[in-house]
Amino acid sequence: MRLGFFLRESLRSMRRNAAPSFAALATVLVTMLVLGVFIPVFQAATGAADSVRGRVLVDVYMKTTANAADDARVHKEILALPHVRSVQFESKAQALAQQSKQDPAAYALLNGNPLPDTFHVVPDNPGNVLLVRSELTPKGPNGRTGLIDPAIQNVSNHTEDTQKILTITSDVKWILLALTLLLVTASTLLIANTIRLSLYSRRREVEVMKLVGATDWFIRWPFVIEGVIVGAIGATLAIALLAVTKIALLDPLASSWTLISAPRTIGFEWLIIVLLGAGIAISALGSGVSLRRFLRV
Amino acid sequence: MRAGGGQAPVIEFRAVSKLYPSGDVGLDQATFSVDRGEFVFLVGSTGSGKSTVMRLLLKEIECTDGTIRVAGRDLEEITRRRVPLYRRNLGVVFQDFKLLPNRTVYQNVAYALQVTGGTRREIRDKVPDILRLTGLSTKLHSYPEQLSGGEQQRVSIARAFVNHPPLLLADEPTGNLDPETSIGIMQLLYRINRTGTTVLVATHDQAMVDKMRRRVLELSRGRVVRDEATGLYARDETTREFAARLRGAGISPPEV
Repeated sequence: MRLGFFLRESLRSMRRNAAPSFAALATVLVTMLVLGVFIPVFQAATGAADSVRGRVLVDVYMKTTANAADDARVHKEILALPHVRSVQFESKAQALAQQSKQDPAAYALLNGNPLPDTFHVVPDNPGNVLLVRSELTPKGPNGRTGLIDPAIQNVSNHTEDTQKILTITSDVKWILLALTLLLVTASTLLIANTIRLSLYSRRREVEVMKLVGATDWFIRWPFVIEGVIVGAIGATLAIALLAVTKIALLDPLASSWTLISAPRTIGFEWLIIVLLGAGIAISALGSGVSLRRFLRV
Repeated sequence: MRAGGGQAPVIEFRAVSKLYPSGDVGLDQATFSVDRGEFVFLVGSTGSGKSTVMRLLLKEIECTDGTIRVAGRDLEEITRRRVPLYRRNLGVVFQDFKLLPNRTVYQNVAYALQVTGGTRREIRDKVPDILRLTGLSTKLHSYPEQLSGGEQQRVSIARAFVNHPPLLLADEPTGNLDPETSIGIMQLLYRINRTGTTVLVATHDQAMVDKMRRRVLELSRGRVVRDEATGLYARDETTREFAARLRGAGISPPEV
C-alpha cells in the first residue's frame, strides 16, 4: 500500500514536472553515453599500451660455436638474475625456420645456418628491462662493460627505443586515466546539479508537505523513486544507443581494426550492468541527498 | 489573563522571548494562555510578533527563552524527529494558502490524510465531507490556479481541518482577500470553532476584529499589550447570526 502510494506519487510528479524530469533524464543519458564510450576506449588503449610494453624484452645471442652445455649454463645464469620473470630459448634451427618462413627467397640462397642460439629474457616488469640488461652486461674492473658468460656473443642493445616506448606508453595511460576521471567527475556534478535545479523548483511543495506534518522520509521516498526511474530510463536509452552503434559500426570494423577487438576490453554485458548501476545510483542518491537542504523547515 | 478551566490550556506562553540571529526581537517576555474552544484574535502591526507566535507554535523556530506549552506539552521536549507527528495535531492556514500547485482540490485535502497514513477508504469518506462543509463540492477536480482567492483559502481550511485537530492556527487568513470574501472565511473559521476546535487567528484587519467581538490579544514589539474581549458576545451564536453581524446588517445570508 505504502510502496504503491510512493510509486504513484513519483509518477504523478514526473508527469506534472515534465520539463525538469526530462532535463535530468537527458543529462543521465548523455553522461552514460560518454561513460559507455570512454570505459572501453580507456581499456582498449591501456590494453594496447600494455601489450606494447609486454613485448619489451632483452635478447641474448650466443656465440655460433656454443654447444648445448654452454646453453644450459647460460640459461641457469640468466634465471638467477633478479627482475627476470622468464626466459625463452630459441635454438638456431628454430630461428632459421622462423626467418625463412618470413622471407623464404632470401634464406633459400643461404647454405648453412648463420643464426645463433638466442635467449629471450622477459623482465618481471617492463620498467625493469634496462636493469636486466645492465645485469647481463656488468661493468668490469677496468670500467668497460663485459658479459656475464664468455659463451655469449652479444646482448641486444635498444636502450633508446626501449626508453621511448616505456615513457610514451606510461604517459598515454596516465593521460587517459586523468581524462576518464575528469569526465566521470564532470558528469556526476552535472547530474547532481540538474537534480538540484528540479528540486529547487519544488521547494515550496516540500515546505507545504512539512507543514502538513509529513515526515522527512515520507517526502523523500517519491523523490528517490523518481531518481531511480529517471536514472534507469536514461541509462537504458544510453545502452540501447551504444548497442546499436556497436552492432552497426564497431562489430564490422572489429575484424579489421585490432584495437577494438583488444582482448582486455570490458564485455558488453558488464558495461550494461555498470552503466545501469551507475545511472540509477547517481540519480537516486542525487535526489535523496539534494533534498536534505529543502527538508530543513 | 483568563483563568484556565479544569483542563490545561490549549496554548500557554510563559515569559517567551525570541531573538532572531539578525538581532530583531520577535517576542519579548510574552505571557498568555488560550483555553479549549476559544476563538482568539492576535493583532498588531507588522513586525509586532504575530508571525513569530505562529512559527513558534508550528515549531518552525525555537524560542530563545521561556516555555511554550500546547495542550500541556512543552514544545522544547519535542525532538526534531517528532515534529511532523506534533504538527498533525495542528491545522494551519496561511495568507498565501500554501496549496500544492500540482494537485487538485481533492488531492490537496487528501494529502493531509495520506501523510498520517490514512487508508484509501478513510480518504474517500472524509474528504468529500469536509469539502461539502467548506462549500467546494463543485470544485473537487479543479487545480488551485483555477480557483479564486477565497476558494483557495477554503481549500486550505479544509485541508487544515480534515484531521479534526484540536487547534487551528490561521496566519492572516484574509490578508489577500476582499472584505466580502473575508467574511465568508471568518464565518467558516467560526463554524469550525463551534465544533470545539480552538482557533487562533493572526490578523491586522482591525475592522473585522471589532465586528467579531472575540477575545483579542494585541502584540507590540513582541510584548502583549492588550488582552481582552471586545464587547460581550454569546458563545452559542449561530453561524448565520454571526455572519449577519459581521456584515453589520440585519439580513440573513444563506448558510455556507
